[in-house]
Amino acid sequence: MTTVTDTTPAATDDIRQRSVPMSRLALVELRKMVDTRAGFWLFAAMGIGVLIIMVAMLIWADDGAMGFGNMFGLMNIPTAFLLPVLAILLVTSEWSQRTGLVTFALEPRRSRVVVAKLAVSLVAAVAAVAFATAGATVGTLLAGVFRDSGAQWDMTWVGFGNSALLQFLALLQGFAFGMLIMNSAAAIVLYFVLPTIWSIVSQVVPWIQANLQQWADFSFTQMPFQSGEAATGQEWAHLAVAGSVWLVLPLVLGIWRLLRSEVK
Amino acid sequence: MRGRLCVREGGGMITVEGLSKFYGGYRAVNDISFECRPGAVTGFLGPNGAGKSTTMRIIAGLTPPSAGDARVAGQHYRDIPNPGTQVGVLLDASAQHDGRTGREVLALGALAMGLPTERVEAMLELVSLTPSEGKRRIRNYSLGMRQRLGIAHALLGDPQILILDEPANGLDPAGIYWMRRLLREYADRGGTVLLSSHLLHEVEVIADELLVIGQGKIVARGTKAELLRTAGTFVRALEPDALASALSRAGIQAAPSGDAGMSTNASPEDVGRAAAAAGVALVELRPADGAGLEEMFLELTTDTQRDLTPEGASA
Repeated sequence: MTTVTDTTPAATDDIRQRSVPMSRLALVELRKMVDTRAGFWLFAAMGIGVLIIMVAMLIWADDGAMGFGNMFGLMNIPTAFLLPVLAILLVTSEWSQRTGLVTFALEPRRSRVVVAKLAVSLVAAVAAVAFATAGATVGTLLAGVFRDSGAQWDMTWVGFGNSALLQFLALLQGFAFGMLIMNSAAAIVLYFVLPTIWSIVSQVVPWIQANLQQWADFSFTQMPFQSGEAATGQEWAHLAVAGSVWLVLPLVLGIWRLLRSEVK
Repeated sequence: MRGRLCVREGGGMITVEGLSKFYGGYRAVNDISFECRPGAVTGFLGPNGAGKSTTMRIIAGLTPPSAGDARVAGQHYRDIPNPGTQVGVLLDASAQHDGRTGREVLALGALAMGLPTERVEAMLELVSLTPSEGKRRIRNYSLGMRQRLGIAHALLGDPQILILDEPANGLDPAGIYWMRRLLREYADRGGTVLLSSHLLHEVEVIADELLVIGQGKIVARGTKAELLRTAGTFVRALEPDALASALSRAGIQAAPSGDAGMSTNASPEDVGRAAAAAGVALVELRPADGAGLEEMFLELTTDTQRDLTPEGASA
């Protein structure tokens, strides 16, 4: 049997003495996002979703619905569902699969791991928006060739920005829930169920509907951003308040919990 | 060695001082202190739930201590730059993502530490995982394979300190022998090893120095030779009565033991001289079985067996 040191040199002195740079931490997290079956199929499902929407629209959609903006909006729907799940798993697998024992032994400054995970989640969101953009572009070009409607480039930059914003918010909310709950199944269920229940309660209880809904129902405050129109200052204020409750608060509590808790 | 952690002359590579960890009223680790020196394999021995894993997690910065201090080469773990290249840690071989392949786990570690990718193949080979086993997902690994993978991961960054929690768990006897050789070579090159086990014979095989822990406290420590040294003698004569009177005349207290034998605290030499002086023919004379360590360890184990002492098991 060979010994460890004389076979393959491991780290140089330079590597030993320097902290692990953020770029390397981010690369590790990026790889962890796609190197499991769950990660692979989440990305595959987003890609397949975009393709199915494109083909279905080209064959069956009315001419009036064939515009780039509409196609882009529809293609963002599957990713808006799946990206938060991806972010949740990236965080909670450290606990559910107990890989945190290795992750935080290799980088004991836990906040740096959180930043790396957040960074690659945002990279994934950018990639998803870019993929939907590419899908809508190809779909619109094909519509120009095969459909009587022709290619309709009807998307405004405001509409594009709004769609991208909603993607980022969904992803960040998933990330925050994962950080706070630290368990894959519970985080995914609560991420989908809690806001829905709150929306229903807001609809049903008159006092809440009158006083709280427009400030504290995150999906309600996102509605103005689903159009191609620029939101008003009032609408931004509503979004900011609801976002503080549904996104910032769980994220802050989650980071606080991660930094203090015991990794087992 | 430039780039390596250095430690003051005579100091331990792992230093634990007055370390405690309380969970509510339960004292998982209760004011323990020890040092691990380079060139030796230190065995951390104790029954399940004695506080071994908690201590190791505190050393690796994963669990905050309630009191006391744990340092690795003079530094707190969280202050070590690129710790994977200085300290190899294996805290639970099962704590890996089931859906990743063994090779992928090592590749992620190499990426994080900034190591060349050839290290991955070298480590797989070192722990005797074949290329096809490396490509398998960990959910299909046996516990023994997970342990080998965990050791490969701990050695990936060529660290000078190893912290291994129950590394022999799940290994077959050949695997335990293999690990002994691996860690022996590692320590002989100047490495420091702290490994835990709840099985006396595993630690006996692998470790040079022993720390015995029970209910959060260190109850014995020393080199293996010191702790396993047998106190007392077993002796058997053709005529037991003649032997008994010869021993009592020599001032040696002895008690009947086994089939016509006697055991005593005196050394074999003293017993032999007493028998020779009285002309008693011996058929057996040897150091007594049942080393003190084994008895003490058994006592510790039964103390913590909840089903044997239900009222005392509230902790």
